[in-house]
Amino acid sequence: MISLLLSQLPMDDSWINFDIQAFIQNFWSATFDGLTFGAIYGLVALGYTLVYGVLNLINFAHSEVFIVGCYGIFFTLSSLGFGPSAPNLSVIAIIGDLLIALVVGMLAAAAMAYILERVAYRPLRKRNPPRLVFLITAIGASFTIQYTIFLVRGPNPEPAVTMFIPTPVFDVFGTIVDSQQIIIVLAAVIMMVGVDQFINRSRTGRGIRAVAQDPDTATLMGVNRDRIIVTTFIIGGLLAGAAALFYVMKIPSGVQYNGGFVLGIKAFAAAVLGGIGNVRGALLGGLLLGLIGNYGQILLGNSQWTDVVAFVVLVLVLLIKPTGILGQSMGRSRA
Amino acid sequence: MSTTDGPTLVPDAQAAQDAVNRESASKKAGPFQRFGDRWNGLRRPQQWAFLLIVVALAYALPVLDIPILTTEPGNDWPITCFNMAIFALAAVGLNVVVGYAGLLDLGYVAFFAVGSYVAAMLTSPDSPFLHIPYLWTVPVAMAVTMFFGVLLGVPTLRLRGDYLAIVTLGFGEIVRILATIIPAMKGQVGFQNVGRPPGTAADGSPVFSNSNGTPWYWLALTIIIIVLLLVGNLERSRVGRAWVAIREDEDAAEIMGVPVFKYKVWAFAIGAAVGGLSGALFSGQIGFVNNQKFDVPTSILFLAAVVLGGAGNKVGAIIGGAIVAYIPLRFTAIADYKYLIFGLALVVLMLWRARGLLPARQRLLAYGRTAYQRVANRDSGPPTAVAAEEGDAK
Repeated sequence: MISLLLSQLPMDDSWINFDIQAFIQNFWSATFDGLTFGAIYGLVALGYTLVYGVLNLINFAHSEVFIVGCYGIFFTLSSLGFGPSAPNLSVIAIIGDLLIALVVGMLAAAAMAYILERVAYRPLRKRNPPRLVFLITAIGASFTIQYTIFLVRGPNPEPAVTMFIPTPVFDVFGTIVDSQQIIIVLAAVIMMVGVDQFINRSRTGRGIRAVAQDPDTATLMGVNRDRIIVTTFIIGGLLAGAAALFYVMKIPSGVQYNGGFVLGIKAFAAAVLGGIGNVRGALLGGLLLGLIGNYGQILLGNSQWTDVVAFVVLVLVLLIKPTGILGQSMGRSRA
Repeated sequence: MSTTDGPTLVPDAQAAQDAVNRESASKKAGPFQRFGDRWNGLRRPQQWAFLLIVVALAYALPVLDIPILTTEPGNDWPITCFNMAIFALAAVGLNVVVGYAGLLDLGYVAFFAVGSYVAAMLTSPDSPFLHIPYLWTVPVAMAVTMFFGVLLGVPTLRLRGDYLAIVTLGFGEIVRILATIIPAMKGQVGFQNVGRPPGTAADGSPVFSNSNGTPWYWLALTIIIIVLLLVGNLERSRVGRAWVAIREDEDAAEIMGVPVFKYKVWAFAIGAAVGGLSGALFSGQIGFVNNQKFDVPTSILFLAAVVLGGAGNKVGAIIGGAIVAYIPLRFTAIADYKYLIFGLALVVLMLWRARGLLPARQRLLAYGRTAYQRVANRDSGPPTAVAAEEGDAK
């Protein structure tokens, strides 16, 4: 869009290069990497989608819930002796340590989500204010958390914590798929299937669906709305904590006070792409967005294009199919 | 009020009653409210005389250098004044989007950045494009940012307001990234020697220099006054009434025949243009533009300025903008905490005083001053009459 505007003016440098050669060469490795990132986006996107379903609110602070999970994992792993180089431990010891980190990360993120709901959103809900008030509170809360971390931990990324060296597992079209990619994608898919089943089968899940469809009627039918909303925030937080583990696994030095921000936008774009409020749509949207972002990155030759591509995808989806690929299934769309 | 599902009348009536209660509560509580009442009690000539004094004081601000207010010796006082003016101008623009039309724009700094880059790329010797005099870049910057506003607004404004929030948030980040990775925008190297308005002082040095903030402040203040007059007229016109109707209840406005989409795009585009204008002024004074100045936190500062002053109140926006720019420069010890302070301020304000320091007044816009005074005099009128005043003016 910018190039269109400036093509009228004299140019020395080219703005955008399409590197088709690199694209063909790296197609499969970009695909596998894209799916890995996509699984992480999908897990974070679930948090956005669930809260949007029950409250009709974009929870901007969800990216900070995620980054709190990252810090929880970072502190656990560094206290367990993990550092920039992979530790010399047996496989079982590593798995045990990672599980501890996973639990700590999930609990930290869930606690953050719970505090957020109790301190910022619930008092507001009692007064039934205009929507704008909710959104401003959400962005304010996101900022408050982000800059509290900034004041405590400083502007620089935390030292890397490498969990293990990925080992090649098998070969597809001459590209190696490593153990890390398999673990992340498999674990993410299993978790999402679990959440999907939980929403569709369990009693609490039925409550969540009821509140998403019609909060007032659900309350009249005996659903405890406040408890359902807290549960939803906590589920979102737990998933964000799990996503945090995979994120740190993939990018060991990515723990930074504002590290959640751009990832949050991408995860939200994923949720919209799949259909906001739709649990399965979050996974689909996440995987697709991971793929599109990675293809865009190798085609345009700079890793920062990933974010631009994700944003353009978000605008295009809103332009063409605002309800997303799978539509808004959990709650009906409300005007 | 807020959106509801279908024709549930009871919550709406409740909400209207709440608004009335809040209004009367704030009348009791706020010292600013009493000031507002007295202001509205004055006759027009008295109001003009008072305004003239305020404007004269505002123009004298950088020269006076009042001891308690001054930011020296940490920061140059005239340049601080200029920064306050720039923030105030941006807040006036953002107030059109957030305050009048009720659209949440979280990437306002992007329009500010586009304006800065347009001014820099059309005047700086570092840029290969055609060069034009600095003052001509100001309308060009406004036109270009308006174009971006429409480009961003058209796909998102058809939908619910929340999408606009996230798309603008993304846009704010994308502009910064594009400035980094597109070679022609020079990333961190940036553009130096951005142009300045013409004019030389008696000793041959230029009037508008990077080190002397006073003429820049006067220029910015003049522009703020012009923009205020224009925005004030819009606010009192059909367009302003349409914005308020959209903000209060989009569906009801649509049913009443307000072309909702059209007026939302207009609000967004006008807000963007004012952002571009302030960006162009900013880059002129600094004389240097690179990708480091336009981060998303600055957008949130702009939002905090609008909310702090009272969304929907243009005088409040000016005061809010000036406060947000002033506090980190005056109290340098807490400058590092400014994002935390203003982020927290957003949460706390929404909880305790959602209408800001200077709450927007509820008014009957359609009939203006006389009708307002007639309603205001009837102190114990039926609640429906007060509820009907769902219009806002300054």
